Amino acid sequence: MRIGIPKEPRQGQKLVAASPNGVEKMIKLGYEVCVESDAGALADYYDDQYEAAGATVVSKQEAWGADIVVCLDTPPDAELALMKEGSTLIARMNPWSNEGDIAKFQAKGMTALAMDAVPRISRAQALDVRSSMMNVAGYRAVIEAANEFGRTFTGQVTAAGKTQPAKVYVIGVGVAGLAAIGAAGSMGAVVSATDVRPEVADQVESLGGTFVEIPVKQESADGYAKALDEEQQKLTLAVYTEQAAKNDIVITTAAVPGRPAPLLITAEAVASMKPGSVIVDMGASELGGNCELSRVGEVVHTDNGVTIIGYNDLPSRMPGQTSQLYGQNIVNFLKLATPEKDGQLQLNMDDEVQRGVTVTLGGENMWPPPEVKVSVASKKEEPEEPEEEKRLITDTSRDARTIRGMLWKALLGVIAVALVVAAPEEMTQHFFVFVLACVIGFYVITNVTHTLHTPLMSVTNAISGIIIVGALLQVAATGDVAVLVMATIAIAIAAINIFGGFLVTHRMLKMFERSSK
Amino acid sequence: MTEVSFQSVAYLLAALLFILALAGLSRQKTAKRGNYLGIIGMAIALSATIGLALLHADAVFVAAGLMLFAIVVGGLFGVYKARHVQMTEMPQLVALLHCFVGAAAVLVGFNSFLMEPGGYYEGQMNIYHLGEVGLAIFIGGVTFTGSIVANLKLSARISGKPLMLPFRNWLNLLALLGYVALIVPFGMSTGVEEGLPFLIGITIISLILGAHLVLAIGGGDMPVVVSMLNSYSGWAAAMAGFTLGNDLLIVTGALVGSSGAYLSYIMCKGMNRSFTSVILGGFGDTPAAKDSGEKRDYGEHTETTAAEVATLLKKAKSVVITPGYGMAVAQAQFPVADMTKKLLAQGVDVKFGIHPVAGRMPGHMNVLLAEAKVPYDSVYEMDEINDDFGDVDVVLVIGANDTVNPSAETEPDSPIAGMPVLRVWEAGKVIVFKRKMGNAGYSGVQNPLFFNDNTDMLLGDAKASVDAINEGL
Repeated sequence: MRIGIPKEPRQGQKLVAASPNGVEKMIKLGYEVCVESDAGALADYYDDQYEAAGATVVSKQEAWGADIVVCLDTPPDAELALMKEGSTLIARMNPWSNEGDIAKFQAKGMTALAMDAVPRISRAQALDVRSSMMNVAGYRAVIEAANEFGRTFTGQVTAAGKTQPAKVYVIGVGVAGLAAIGAAGSMGAVVSATDVRPEVADQVESLGGTFVEIPVKQESADGYAKALDEEQQKLTLAVYTEQAAKNDIVITTAAVPGRPAPLLITAEAVASMKPGSVIVDMGASELGGNCELSRVGEVVHTDNGVTIIGYNDLPSRMPGQTSQLYGQNIVNFLKLATPEKDGQLQLNMDDEVQRGVTVTLGGENMWPPPEVKVSVASKKEEPEEPEEEKRLITDTSRDARTIRGMLWKALLGVIAVALVVAAPEEMTQHFFVFVLACVIGFYVITNVTHTLHTPLMSVTNAISGIIIVGALLQVAATGDVAVLVMATIAIAIAAINIFGGFLVTHRMLKMFERSSK
Repeated sequence: MTEVSFQSVAYLLAALLFILALAGLSRQKTAKRGNYLGIIGMAIALSATIGLALLHADAVFVAAGLMLFAIVVGGLFGVYKARHVQMTEMPQLVALLHCFVGAAAVLVGFNSFLMEPGGYYEGQMNIYHLGEVGLAIFIGGVTFTGSIVANLKLSARISGKPLMLPFRNWLNLLALLGYVALIVPFGMSTGVEEGLPFLIGITIISLILGAHLVLAIGGGDMPVVVSMLNSYSGWAAAMAGFTLGNDLLIVTGALVGSSGAYLSYIMCKGMNRSFTSVILGGFGDTPAAKDSGEKRDYGEHTETTAAEVATLLKKAKSVVITPGYGMAVAQAQFPVADMTKKLLAQGVDVKFGIHPVAGRMPGHMNVLLAEAKVPYDSVYEMDEINDDFGDVDVVLVIGANDTVNPSAETEPDSPIAGMPVLRVWEAGKVIVFKRKMGNAGYSGVQNPLFFNDNTDMLLGDAKASVDAINEGL
């Protein structure tokens, strides 16, 4: 089949859907690839590079007229009209809100695959274009902020005095947020971050940031944060406002798929910020941004000297790399959907990844796909209702089990106490010693390294040969032949243990020593 | 210094040295010293015991002769075994040594019964003494046959499959009840003739119970079993200490017993299994789960050749090797070490990822790698390495199966569900060394890893395969 890579029709879109490298990989999968002339020029990928990779450079009509068209976003009607009946479109489509497009695809009998609808399961990571884009965007957000910010990020002690490091606050720790934390941290800023999902705190800390908790907790089933209710919103806004005043740079990354971005930074919060502060509103869109005062695609300077960046094209500001990543995501998808590597797209609707991106299939409306459970988060429990019930049941049976376990322990305790109380006086001292030794045995090996499990076992083995002491005493104290024989045998086999155990431990430890050199 | 205080000092020293020995063995740096301290402790305990025992002996020369003879014979045999054991056979040897402690405990128990039968003490003390003897023999007997069965299983002289008798848990309970039914009249008995039948009954029950307990446990759980028997052998010694009123035995036995129990607990946590379910046996026997596993179509696996793997390795930046029992069986640790050296020399970053229950004994893989002189700072535990597989270019799975099975994470109804596994499938490329397709791991569960797109199978003897790769490097 023929894949067409057209030049992006929208003004200002510098990206291209595949780099020459990506084209090469598509060809390896058996596809024929044609690239519209100058398609990658704005991303510094030129026609001759595509030709060298094995693609043919063609006109606009021809590129859009291919069997499979790969582009960044759903094309405008003019370009959509150029597409063949029954062809396949691979692009970002935002199918949650663009129902009108679905009808257009159906009208042309097309198959539409929305790359921004890839389910968030580990297997599909390699084709998740949102992750790739957000990663670049998060990085770029920090660069844009640094550009507008009138100071260095890193603190310095110079001959001309000391400067404070910039304080960066990131709201929303998704892929973009994490990329921003990493980038800002590596430039020397002091970074803190907030998310409604408390479990991401570790991720923030792993990148050297501090996690600022908010009083709202949310568990995510699909890997994305969800919208909050009003009460929760009030609580979180208070935290954001407080933090905004404390920090120099605020980067907001909250975008709820298919809906207007939630408001995080109110006009009031902006007013409380220090002059020279910068806000990067990554949620900015025509539907409204994370910051009340941001304007999409523009930089706003407020009266109190705060700069608000509302660029919504952050990934496209690094077109070369973003195009390459996007192209690789597409290639990864094609790999999945081209099992024979023969250049024939075979969509498997039983595969949750392929089903998840399919908006229309041969003109048939497939949207929305059945819900997919996320494997990353499923370490917890699946969120569906019947599962919930099951969990309750197992929880109660687990409770019952722990109670039963405790009853057993209590019973054993009572028996032990009774035994000690009833024991003759000569024996109590032995119990004392016994219990203390048990506790010590437990503690001395609590921190044993994994490597040494075997030597530890063979040495305890040698030590438990101490049973020889009993046999030795018996040999000396008896005249009974039967006892003598049995005790002698006991001594002999216990001696095997002692000598064998210590020696074999020694042998092993010597090996470990050598291997450490 | 009186005799008693001399003995107390010697025993105290020995007990302290044993504690220090165990503590020393928990870290690489101090391990060797720990072993020496253990030897010194044992020497002190033995010389003090022998000296004092001979001082009171009626027939000094007979006793001394017997002691010397037994120690020399046993010691020589132990030295011979320890010197000649192959590192791959360590689990069997450890199990064998456990059985000696069990047997010795049984013999010592019988002796203390014969020397001090019912009626030797009076009242309460008599019951306690006999009770202790009965318990010591019981634990010793269980340890004895349990260890023998473990040894046979580990050396593959009997099948590693769990023996599933019907009502097996009831049989165990019945044995315990039988034990209780015998120990009560035994505790009341006076004189050898009256007590002996009960004691023999107890011994027989304990021997059967020990064998049955371990027979019911699958080969995959052997690391836990070995360390559990280690713990039992300690408890047996401690019980013998009670019967003889000897604090050194009690202290040492309790040390070994509780540390062994804790070690088993660590192992169980490594497999995400409950302790009781391991002890009571029957891992992976749920027939329903097994069926569904076999019926499913996992797709086709792809095979590769040693030459291709060699080229792949040369191009890789980082390689992780995850060995399993298969590496031990094939004795492949030496060629693997050679391969590691060659790759390191070519600037490839090579690490080892060890699953806590890889092999048949706690730490089995570490011992083998150490034997082949793999630097231990390149050997990582599962938790240290598990999050890094995404950055790894090539993973070599050498004779491991269940420990790298993704269905533990993805299939909640799988028999190994919830067991922590090495997430090798996140790496760029996985090469699985396996003798042939079709034979599942010890858990009997099919492994979807083998059918992944980024997995290639290198079938054949692991040692031969690695040798062939070495030629290509």
